[in-house]
Amino acid sequence: MCSCRLLTRVSLTESAKMVSKRKLSESDEKDEIAHVLAQFKSESGELLESPIDLPLNITAENLQLICNAFIAKNDSEPTPYTFFVKDVEVTSNLASALKNAVLDSEKVLEIIYQPQAVFQVRAVTRCTSSLPGHSEAVISVSFSPDGKQLASGSGDTTVRFWDLNTESPLFTCKGHKHWVLCTAWSPNGQTLASACKTGEIRLWDSATGTQKGKPLVGHKQWVTWLVWEPFHLNPHCRKLASSSKDGDIRIWDVVIGTCLINLAGHQQGVSCIRWGGTGLIYSASQDRTVKVWRSEDGILCRTLQGHAHWVNTLALSTDYVLRTGAFEPAEVGRPQRILSPEEAQNKALDRYKQVQQIGPERLVSGSDDFTLFLWNPESDKKHIARMTGHQQLVNDVKFSPDSRLIASASFDKSIKIWDGRTGTFITTLRGHVQAVYQIAWSADSRLLVSGSADSTLKVWNLKTKKLHLDLPGHGDEVFAVDWSPDSQRVVSGGRDKVLKIWRY
Amino acid sequence: MPQNEHIELFQKRYGFRMDYQERQRKKKAREHKLQSKMAQKLIGIKGKIFAKKRYSEKVQLKRTIKAHEEKKTRKKDEGKVPEGAMPAYLLDRENTSQAKLLSSMVKQKRKEKAGKWDVPLPKVRAQSEAEVFRVLKTGKSRRKGWKRLVTKVCFVGEGFTRKPPKYERFVRPMALRFKKAHVTHPELKATFCLPIVGVKKNPSSPMYTSLGVITKGTIIEVNVSELGLVTQGGKVVWGKYAQVTNNPENDGCINAI
Repeated sequence: MCSCRLLTRVSLTESAKMVSKRKLSESDEKDEIAHVLAQFKSESGELLESPIDLPLNITAENLQLICNAFIAKNDSEPTPYTFFVKDVEVTSNLASALKNAVLDSEKVLEIIYQPQAVFQVRAVTRCTSSLPGHSEAVISVSFSPDGKQLASGSGDTTVRFWDLNTESPLFTCKGHKHWVLCTAWSPNGQTLASACKTGEIRLWDSATGTQKGKPLVGHKQWVTWLVWEPFHLNPHCRKLASSSKDGDIRIWDVVIGTCLINLAGHQQGVSCIRWGGTGLIYSASQDRTVKVWRSEDGILCRTLQGHAHWVNTLALSTDYVLRTGAFEPAEVGRPQRILSPEEAQNKALDRYKQVQQIGPERLVSGSDDFTLFLWNPESDKKHIARMTGHQQLVNDVKFSPDSRLIASASFDKSIKIWDGRTGTFITTLRGHVQAVYQIAWSADSRLLVSGSADSTLKVWNLKTKKLHLDLPGHGDEVFAVDWSPDSQRVVSGGRDKVLKIWRY
Repeated sequence: MPQNEHIELFQKRYGFRMDYQERQRKKKAREHKLQSKMAQKLIGIKGKIFAKKRYSEKVQLKRTIKAHEEKKTRKKDEGKVPEGAMPAYLLDRENTSQAKLLSSMVKQKRKEKAGKWDVPLPKVRAQSEAEVFRVLKTGKSRRKGWKRLVTKVCFVGEGFTRKPPKYERFVRPMALRFKKAHVTHPELKATFCLPIVGVKKNPSSPMYTSLGVITKGTIIEVNVSELGLVTQGGKVVWGKYAQVTNNPENDGCINAI
């Protein structure tokens, strides 16, 4: 066993050396190339194999080949990686990344590799249809977790379901008495919960468009956010949490139709809540605090303080996985068999655990005081990092699906990208001419779409950190943007009462 | 004493009659009979005038009755959903309603294309040459009078250099050159200080337009890129027309809409 392993190791290093030798022979004529002793290190700190000698002009593709050779996986598709040396990404070759750094030839240089998503999402380029139908501004849009259904809530008090294949309306659900402020799909994709400005929450069956049960009444002011219990905790999707301007957070049982627990503790309105994968509920409020609650009994675990003004949004590093539950976006093309609830629950749990390996569940909060805080809410009361730089209030924050990047949209017309683990600033994306309202990531974390008050959407490429595409066409401010979890479509809705679907 | 004041004079001198109040009350009570008689009898133009007056009186009556009735029964406005739906993150914030801004922009663009000008001041007094120019006498004995000094505010472009002083016919003094204008948006009711791009048209004479003379009623083009307006095609709007509303030479600043 031991000797076998040794042999394979030797053969692998041989192939690596061949690669480097090839490079060497090519450019031997030009000049003497410095070599460096390098070792690959994964994100979580594991060292890969032994240090190898690499020439400085080795390119990123060759590094990928070496890495793939080291990590021989069972599935045949080679995983693309990005490499970081001393916090600088290796884009063309190793020398350019180490230009500014001082090289110590005695020490071993650590190259940190990050696996990227195997599939690549194509950017949306054109508007395939504008769906009129609402008689007032469209306030919220959301795709179902499998990306096959679309629902929108609007100021004309209706919730509409749309058919994505024909891009036409399916059902119109009437019943609310005021503007429908937020919508949320259950993780199994069967129910849609919608909340209106009077504080009522209604549940709709997505297959027939009829209301399920009675409206859930209890809040005294409008509901600001709705979130379901994660799939891997309960595959039957019974619990729903809602936050409201009156400072309460209520956990409802949707089958019985009553309020189970009322988490009252905030002194002012709650602007956003998130349900974490371990059963904790995080709530952000206008009283400048973020509170962590236990969802089973409603006990307050922690209060995270630090902000100087209203806390507007929250984002969890496991957001994408919790939203999609048991649906895997990479399997979109392949035929799937219908899983039983237990199988689906296990699958969702596996996916959740995978993301957990990169790091513990992190929370980022964006506020009116122009800053963001990165927290580790399960363990710490102190923030990991304070992210400053915006010149106006931060309206929307989102973790990338692989939880490595954080994007924050602000009223100062810019979007800032930060590192997902440490909170260090990476870059600013400028281009909008008015406040940026909402952002959405593609499933492979390479593209970002943003909707703004200047009625345009912009697609940004995170590899080049630049604007990829401009999508004008809306007649008025864009209030809501969503990228479907299978990354085929982007939907946007705004004040011009029209829903637009964008595809490749 | 005028002819018609004898009643008032008597009342002033001797006071009211004993039964004056009662008689007034009874006369008023009989008034409806008079009204209905008039309504039936009057024909022709008199009838029409009477009918019109009566109709407006009836409308007023109905309104006051309805107002009184409303006060009695207080019920909630059912089915009244206010306009201006906003997502939750905008609800607590006071945003200037820019609902009309974009639509008015599109309309303005269309009108410009059609060549129609919807100006706030349609008729402006034309300025004669004697008003705008003043004769500048030059020469050793100050006899030559072919030069003219512009007495009104004007706008010259950025790369403006004077012609050689010997050949200059129109002198535009530096004190009367302006680069910025206070432009008021008619719907937002906010005033911005925006740089002038150029003079589009002076209603008095095309010569003034070419010279860049700004008087009341001149249409100027201002740079609105600061406001951050976007057209539907996705392009940023950077220039807009405004009409001057004051006499700039008197006030020292240019106000425009």
